Amino acid sequence: MPQIKHHLTDNLLLAYAAGTLPEAFNLVIATHVSLCDDCRAALAAFEVLGGEVLDDAEPATVDKTSLAATLALIARGDRAEDPPRTIPSGVFPAPLQDRIGGDLADVRWRRIGGGVSQAVLPTSARASVRLLRIPAGARVPDHGHRGLELTLVLQGAFRDDTDRFGPGDIEVADESMIHQPVAEAGQECICLSATDAPLRFRRLLPRIAQSFLRI
Amino acid sequence: MTQTTQAGPPAPPGLDQRLDWVAQVQAVRDVGDQAAFGALFSHFAPRIKGFLMRGGSSAAFAEECAQEVMATVWRKSHLFDPGKASVATWVFTIARNRKIDMLRKERRPEPEELTWGPAESPSQADTLATQQESAKLGRALADLPDKQRALIQRAYFGDLSHSEIANETGLPLGTIKSRIRLALDRLRHTMSKTD
Repeated sequence: MPQIKHHLTDNLLLAYAAGTLPEAFNLVIATHVSLCDDCRAALAAFEVLGGEVLDDAEPATVDKTSLAATLALIARGDRAEDPPRTIPSGVFPAPLQDRIGGDLADVRWRRIGGGVSQAVLPTSARASVRLLRIPAGARVPDHGHRGLELTLVLQGAFRDDTDRFGPGDIEVADESMIHQPVAEAGQECICLSATDAPLRFRRLLPRIAQSFLRI
Repeated sequence: MTQTTQAGPPAPPGLDQRLDWVAQVQAVRDVGDQAAFGALFSHFAPRIKGFLMRGGSSAAFAEECAQEVMATVWRKSHLFDPGKASVATWVFTIARNRKIDMLRKERRPEPEELTWGPAESPSQADTLATQQESAKLGRALADLPDKQRALIQRAYFGDLSHSEIANETGLPLGTIKSRIRLALDRLRHTMSKTD
């Protein structure tokens, strides 16, 4: 387990427990929780709370045939056995490997300039998620946000105006933040980053590039 | 059971009721007990349906989803672990995932599962502590001022965006978090010893 210093916020963990977040955020959160016992414990607590909210919900009358229909469903189906998920060895935690269908070596990178590469992962459209590969010492273009951005470090480290982020650390950035992450010297930095709004680059050129590079 | 003076919500289920649910799930698992399932159904199905409708689902969708959730309760009864979750918590997670499946046609990314070592039945003490914690939290939720309770409900119904959800619920979640954290530490410790 990496030493994790930067965690998810309680409101994001609650929203993930409630199941109300876009898929792209779910992926980043599930990946962080796979690495972080503190957030795993907090998530479990919010699931307990969800159970209590459900139990406290105003009961709705079910159809007269509801129980019989459910028993028929049970009789029809076999015991649902989820295929046991083998805990993968490798760089990426299970939820990310599930999504990629492989590990780091299987990522199909596309260069986006400045030595930086990305791979956009397919999710529903409400938010997007990508892997970023930043050469040691290189900058990610200076950008602000119009929405929420979650950045999880999977390998290497980056620094920005706020702090250092190492493996397992997650940065939660909102619209108030303009930052310029720089990958630490020594090792290439690989991050998983989700946002619910297009990144807003502050210089013109990247902004033009943005329109056709889907970043 | 603590008496609340406010009229309105009935008292949340106490420890005895929760232990009954556990026994009912185990009866379904062990002997396919339809009466036990019927008891679980009559408690949870209307609440699942109500919960989903309050979150904006149509009555027809909520009905279908509630049936599927309860069918999953039967089929996955062998996976329920009363040392790790109350039946209400477990039903909630099934309902949440089923709703996402049906509504968005997407599979929710789930954290890596921890290997809990060789499958062993949870100790009586773990079961009791877990069921007790959830009863305590249920009571604390019921005792919150209406306005605050409504905010938490809205967060779970999906009425609030993540940024509108308060970082503090005002509930004693810290005790639950630290109990789970301790269990995880114990687990990691045993795992590293057996490696």
